[in-house]
Formats: sequence, C-alpha cells, structure tokens
Amino acid sequence: MSTPSTTEIVARCEALFEDLNFTAAREWKDAEPGRKVIGYMPVYIPREIIHAAGMLPLGVLGGGDQLEVIHGDAYYQSYICRIPRSTIELGVSGRLDFVDGMLFPSICDVIRNLSGMWKMMFPDIYSKYFDVPQTYEDEVGGRFYENEMAEFRHDLEGIAGRKVTDQDLHNSIAAYNENRRFVRDLYALRAQKPWQVPAAEAYLVIRAGMVLPVEEHTKLIGEYLAAAEIEDRPMRDNCRVILTGMFCEQPPLNLIKSLELSGCYVVDDDLMLITRWLTEDVPTKGDPLHNLSQAFLHHSESTAAKYQPDLQEKGQHLVRAVRRTGAEGVIFASPSFCDPALLDRPMLQNVLKVAGIPYIAFKYAENSGQMQPIREQAGTFTDSIKLWSAA
Amino acid sequence: MKITTSRTPIKEVVKDASMLKQKEMMAAHYDRLANAKENGEKVASTFVPGNLNELIMCFDLVNNLPEVNAIQSGLRRKSGSYVMEAEKAGHSEDVCTYVKSDIGMMAKGNIGPNGKKLPDPDVLLLSYTGCFTFMKWFELLREQYQCETIFLQTPYMADGKVTPNMIQYMVKQLKEDVIPKLERVSGVKFDIDRLREYLRKSARAEDDLVYILQSAKNKPSPIDAYFGGIYYVGPIFGAFRGTDDAIDFYRFLREEVDQRIAAGLGPVTPDGPMADEKYRLVVEGPPNYTNFRQFWKMFYEEGAVVVASSYSKVGGTYDFGFRHDPDRPLETLAEYCLGVYTNRSLPMRVDMLTNYMNEYEADGLLINSIKSCNSFSAGQLLIMREVEKRTGKPAAFIETDLVDPRYFSAANVKNRLESYFQMVEQKRSGSGKGVAA
Ligand code: SF4
Ligand code: SF4
Repeated sequence: MSTPSTTEIVARCEALFEDLNFTAAREWKDAEPGRKVIGYMPVYIPREIIHAAGMLPLGVLGGGDQLEVIHGDAYYQSYICRIPRSTIELGVSGRLDFVDGMLFPSICDVIRNLSGMWKMMFPDIYSKYFDVPQTYEDEVGGRFYENEMAEFRHDLEGIAGRKVTDQDLHNSIAAYNENRRFVRDLYALRAQKPWQVPAAEAYLVIRAGMVLPVEEHTKLIGEYLAAAEIEDRPMRDNCRVILTGMFCEQPPLNLIKSLELSGCYVVDDDLMLITRWLTEDVPTKGDPLHNLSQAFLHHSESTAAKYQPDLQEKGQHLVRAVRRTGAEGVIFASPSFCDPALLDRPMLQNVLKVAGIPYIAFKYAENSGQMQPIREQAGTFTDSIKLWSAA
Repeated sequence: MKITTSRTPIKEVVKDASMLKQKEMMAAHYDRLANAKENGEKVASTFVPGNLNELIMCFDLVNNLPEVNAIQSGLRRKSGSYVMEAEKAGHSEDVCTYVKSDIGMMAKGNIGPNGKKLPDPDVLLLSYTGCFTFMKWFELLREQYQCETIFLQTPYMADGKVTPNMIQYMVKQLKEDVIPKLERVSGVKFDIDRLREYLRKSARAEDDLVYILQSAKNKPSPIDAYFGGIYYVGPIFGAFRGTDDAIDFYRFLREEVDQRIAAGLGPVTPDGPMADEKYRLVVEGPPNYTNFRQFWKMFYEEGAVVVASSYSKVGGTYDFGFRHDPDRPLETLAEYCLGVYTNRSLPMRVDMLTNYMNEYEADGLLINSIKSCNSFSAGQLLIMREVEKRTGKPAAFIETDLVDPRYFSAANVKNRLESYFQMVEQKRSGSGKGVAA
C-alpha cells in the first residue's frame, strides 16, 4: 500500500478546511443511525467526554475569509471581533443544522455572551457554556471542575440515551492521549526542520482534527509525518519565529503563508490549542473525570484566557517555547478587538524584553484580505533579526 | 430638602442634599486613602462587581476601587489623556478604556480626585464577576505593584440559576484561600461575627436602596434611575456597604425621595427639578462619563426620565429579593457575586429588562452600547430586538464609551435620541411601528 504524499494529505485537509458545510461531519453522522455531533468553540473543552458518549466533537472556529456574513453583522457592533458574527452566520444559514449541541467555553465575555444568544436563537438545540476553574487547588478548582464535567457527562447521556461509563471515558482518554502525542510530534518535527513542515501545512493538518474523528485524525498526522520526513525540500535562510495570540479567531490561511513568504519559519504557535492543551498523557486508570481535572489543573497550556497565579511565571511559557524551539523572535498576532489577547500582550512583551527576545505585533481579522502590510512588517522583522545575529 | 445654589454668572449645578452628603462621604474616603500609609492603614484594591467590602472591613483594610477612580477621571475629563498615555505605553486602542484610564493614571503619578496621590495597594483582591477583563486588569496591576494578589472566581450564571457546585466552589475559595491570605496581609484575625455585623448593616441599606430605585414606578418618577441612579448606588457599590454611613445615607435619601413623591415632583437634574415627565425609559448599558452632564441633559431637556437601568445593578442586584444574609455569611457573599448583572446570562438580562419595561410602565428601551466593554456590549443588538418583540415598545441603540472622549459624538447621540423620542411619541399615539431607531 503506498503512503500518500504531503501534497495529497494537505489537499484533503484543505478541502476539509474550506468546506463550510462540514460535509465530512455530516457524512460521519449519517453513516449510522443515532450518531450525534457536538460543536465547540475555542479554546478548550474535554473532547474525551463527547467521544466517550459515542459522539463526534466538531470544532467551530468561525467562518474564515470565504464566508459571506449576511446575518451575523446584524448581531454585533463594529467593535466586536469577528468570530462570533461568523459563527452566528454559520448557525443562521443552516450550516450547523445537523449539530446536536454547541459548547461555548469559558474564554472571554464575547463567547460567554454568545452562549446565551445561542440559547435564545436555537432554543431546541442543546447548548452549554462550559465553565472551567481559574484556581488550581485540587480540592477547590479541581472539585468544581469535576462537578462541571460530571454535569456535562450527564447531559450527554441524556442526548445519547445511554450511560457513559468510566471505561468509555478511559478509552476516549487513550484515543486523545495518542492524538496529542502525534500533534506534539508534528510540532517537534516542525521546530526541528521547519523547512520540511511549512506552517500552512501544519495548520491544515491540525485543523483537520476539528472535523475528523480523533482516530482518523491521528492516522492522518502519522501519514503526514511519514511523508514530510522524506520530502525533499530546500532549507532557506529564514528566521525562526513563534506565533502567539491566535488561540481563538483564526487568521486567514493567507496570513500564515505570507509570514513564511516574508522569511519566517514558524516553529511554534498557539493555534487550536485544544489539540495540545493537556501537556502530558492523562492516566487511563482510576476516576477518569478526576484525571482530566488533574491534567487541566497541573499539566495544561498557558494562554490569555487563563489566570496565572504566579507573577514570576507570567509569560515564561513563551520564553520556554523560544528556548525549546530555538526561535529567534516572537510575532504577536491577535484578532482585532480581542480583549484577552490584547490585554495580555504588553505583559508578555515585557517578559520578552527582559529575556532579550525580539518581537513584533499586529492585528488581523479572520477575513483580512490585505497581506501586504503584514508581509512588509514581518520582512523587516526577519531582516533586523538577521542583522542582530550577524552583528 | 433640596438645595438650590444661588445663581452666579456661571450657572451652578443643582444638587440634592443627599448628593452633597455623598460628596462628603467620598471626599472623606479619598482622604483616608491618601493618608492611609501615614495612618498605618493597609489598602486593598478591588472591583465594584464582586466587591466584598464587608470582608475587607473585617481586616481593617481600606477599599480602593480602580473603576471608581476611572469614573472620577472621566468626570474630571482627565481620562482621555490617561487612555492615550496607556496606548503610548503599548496598550491596544481596542481594549477596555477603564483599564487604560487606570494604567495611564498610574503612569502620571496616580493622583486621585482630591489632588493627592493614591496609595499603592498592599493587596489586590481580584474578586470580580461578570467580566473577564478584570482578570487581565489585575494581572497588569500586579506586574506594576508586585504585591500579593488574591483571586476569587465567580462562575457565570449561564443557565439562569445558581447551583450548589457554584456556591461550594466560592465558599471553599473564601475559606481556604481568600480569608487566610487576607489575614496574612493585614495581620488581623478573621472574626466571623464581625462579618455578620457588617452584613446585617448592608442588608439595612439595601432595603432602602431598593425602595429608592423602585420609587421610579411612581408617575412622575421622583428619581432618574440611570444618571441619578449612579449617585444612588455609589456608596453601596463602593467602600460603604456594611457601614453606618451607608445606612444613614440611604435612610436620608429615602426620606428625600418620599418628600418628592408626596409633592408630585420629578427627579432633580443639574439644572433643577425636571418639569414634565414626557418619556419613561429603561436603559441598558453603562453611561458615558466624559460628557456625563451633556449626555444627561439630552434626556431631561426632552422630558425623558430613566425609570430603570441595568447599570445600577452592576455592583449588586437587590431588586429581586437578594439581601446580604448575616446567618449565611460566606454563602451570601457568593450569592451576591453570582447575582451581579453582568454575571447573568443573556436570556436573564432580557427577562430583567422586559420585567423593568412592564413593571415601571416604560415607553421604551434605550441601549447605550459601550465601545470598549465586551461584557455589556456583545449581544446587545439581540437583547434590543428581543425586548422590543416581547414588549411591543420601541427600542433604540446609541454608541459611546465610558471614559474615552474620542467615542462620544454629541451630535450623533443627540440626533439619535431626538428621532427616538419622536418614535416613542408616534408609537404612543398609535401611528408608529415598533422598529428600532
Ligand atoms: S477573538 Fe478574542 S474577544 Fe473574540 S471571541 Fe475570541 S477570545 Fe473572545
Ligand atoms: S470590559 Fe466593561 S465590565 Fe469589564 S472592566 Fe471594562 S468596562 Fe468594566
């Protein structure tokens, strides 16, 4: 059996990415009677629970730059980011009419309020604001989170019409552990040989995990890794950069491509953090919800939507990422009007300043069309990094 | 009871006696803050939504509220330059202007409304509810002050109810984290009976506050529940809840309101008592502070009085029965935080505004959408349409900002309001359709 080439794999991922009707998820649902699909928005929800209920978790990340927003703008003022309006557009236009539930994670006031809007606009569909703890003591935040997850599990049992057993959860945790390992491998390979794993390809491969069943996605990453390793691609004199601030509203694919065209190798990012939110394997023995909770409290990514209780730790995840990947600079790319990303930015920049790590910053919207200014800014940035390192 | 200051070449602003009393209370508080270090008092900075004033007082800490400082900067027309200062220092033009006003004020010496420097906090009590920005705000202040930061998370009331899990979570945080840390910072041992006593006092003032806010059901309304409401909620939302001063203030205010009701008088505006009540409005959203008087004038000049507002519930929602309960001291603090207006789901907000429209016999709903406040603003267009649909009364939408003068366009707001009042008029005479202005 021949293994697919990167071109074939990426073409498949791109088709999934462009399909705003979520055909793959619809087909999955139609393949067997009784199948259910649960949509979720950024930044994190424990997809293991949905999977354990025999359902497909579907990442809903806005409408990108191809969706024409006709209705969505009537729901939002001009000074609110774009992802909620395009998400509403997806809902109102029937593109999510096959979804059996929608989850709105605790990330910011916009998505929080959207959870209530969804309840009002689609009252017959299950929807939930998914709260997570911002305190990390086992008996305090941990207990709260376990109870929230137990409630969610109970809700899904109601929708599925069956129990979700601990064994179901263990199996699903194992499936996601494996997926996270593959995602981490992909990130590691890219950090090591970024010329072999262009940023746009890595993005599309990871993004496919928003619509594919986890097992299929894991296999796809495996195939991509195998194909990317043997691909003969030239190594350029690019600068190694980390992208940050893109954890919610997605940048246009063109933006990611533009950065590479202007001389950047992206060696790490915070895109689709859900795929590697939990940084270590979750145990598959014992109380599964307790295990998920422990992983959330003690082994999870840092992002603006999370409180950092320790001042000394603030922003250190970025410094560590720079050291780990050998990055030469950081690009802060945030959605316009994104309070969490934009309020966090100066604090992170101060940390980078102290660590002597150069950075630039710009804003985008999921439908930004003009890449020229960004390309120029990134080009100047990489030139100056090269100059510094040559000096 | 009303004090009308004598006419001078520059027209003086008319103030109720209660307003003058409040002014004294605020001045004394700002002096206490300014002299805190000298007097050996420690300072806790915290937020209005989620303000645990009774608990703070248990540790002899002085309560400093950066939001109130930002309001003061707005009213004094200083916030514009503070916001720009923060932007110069790298803060985005897109984010909450309260935060930027506070940060800009710090950069410019942190001078309070009394012209004296505000003290650096000894502790940041990051107890917030209803808005994620608060979390970032205090992370920013912590970076600056490098002081102890105590966190209290309030879960969001997404499903329209308070669950036992929410209460347990909050009580545990209070017991295991917040209180021990406050003890450590202040050096004062926690005394639950002292807390109970303060809570008892809170409830007394809260009773009077509710009476005052609900007096707007009278016709004419003796109060303006938005522009005037900001003064009315000031002490209880700030550093006075749980004090004798607050009890006295609200009792005094209540008497004042009773006298106005008895005399059939409308609210007192900066230009004197409002003559004719032509329009009764419910307002959703915070006000603009940089042009506060001008903004208010656009209402009272047209005979529009605000009979209920959601903004007067951001520091606590008392009109549906909640009172601080001394018998359940920690649970009651949790319930207080959970019930704050912006911690309520969108459907709850719609229900509340619809209820106000009906209960207060309002002619319409006005939404003042704040450019930089996602917590309030995201979803307001749907709220508007829904309340309009449910009540059959016209709604209108205006856009300003809290403390950034760049986003207050007087001409636009005035135009919008004038056409809205016309629409209300038409609707009342049965000739108009209930469409949004
Ligand atoms: S882009 Fe930012 S502000 Fe907008 S929904 Fe996402 S996290 Fe919230
Ligand atoms: S976003 Fe709104 S609620 Fe939050 S701190 Fe700013 S003004 Fe206050």
